[in-house]
Amino acid sequence: MDSNPTSAETIYVSDAVTTAVKILVVGHFAVGKTTFIGSLSEIPPLRTEEKMTQASAQVDDLRGAPDKVTTTVALDFGRLTVGDDVVLYLFGTPGQQRFMQVWEDMARGALGALILVDPSRLAETFPVMDLVESYGLEYAIAVNSFDPLNHYEQSEVREALDLLPHTPVVYCDARDQKSSSQALIALVRHLLTRAA
Amino acid sequence: MTTPGEEDPVTSNFVRSYVITGGRPMPSADGLALHTLVTLAPDREMPRQASPEVRAIWELCAPGYLAVAEVAGRLGLPVGVTRLLLSDLFEQGHLLRRAAPPPAQAVDRETIEKVLHGLESHFG
Repeated sequence: MDSNPTSAETIYVSDAVTTAVKILVVGHFAVGKTTFIGSLSEIPPLRTEEKMTQASAQVDDLRGAPDKVTTTVALDFGRLTVGDDVVLYLFGTPGQQRFMQVWEDMARGALGALILVDPSRLAETFPVMDLVESYGLEYAIAVNSFDPLNHYEQSEVREALDLLPHTPVVYCDARDQKSSSQALIALVRHLLTRAA
Repeated sequence: MTTPGEEDPVTSNFVRSYVITGGRPMPSADGLALHTLVTLAPDREMPRQASPEVRAIWELCAPGYLAVAEVAGRLGLPVGVTRLLLSDLFEQGHLLRRAAPPPAQAVDRETIEKVLHGLESHFG
């Protein structure tokens, strides 16, 4: 890894790269998405902003809503050159339904999604899974678990989240590069088995 | 993301985006995905009437390839605005695009294999 990744020479993608791909790192608020991305990215994670128009009340049909506001969604992402000619972008994507407008953009062309899960807040993962499934994305579950007192068995997680048998469940510590990389690799292996 | 006829509350950010884009609607993501790589075409001259934002994009994109999201993130511009300005530069022939995004949901097995092997050798 470069000691000065923001210098002019290193912010750019290598000339040899011919393909860029994207994987979404999704999960509920404060589950560790940005930490995970920061552990794996070769550049300091960047933040982009997308604007959304939404009702200030919980109303789906904006045409009739008098109290529309333009809100900004911040998306954190990182980059990893994998092999000689492929660069992988990891986009942290908020899992709340109210961010559906940005999901269209995020999901387009994504290889798949890694769903980060806090084992003590499993119920908050359901809306996230709904979004991922509604865009037809393949996914794996990564239990971001670094508290030994808060350990859930894989079977418990599977049952609580009502997972299909083929959906991988892995444990990781999003602060740790090796651990995070293993979770990402588990997802990509799964994507390969699901690819035609 | 405003549909025609809608009125938005006027915020400083909103006005800023409106001025930068000349109030034009945001282009769809079809041509330039967040992870599409772009760079300046060789031997191009910056249009004399270029706005400060276009100048910033020009300078950032001249030395090498960056993803659309990186251009937005490094310049602190909203993604929609960045995409519109990049689309303009592309249509004017100033911008090159690499790695056109695959069609939605089409997962190319060979690419996934490359990603897997790349990750395994990088972290293995």
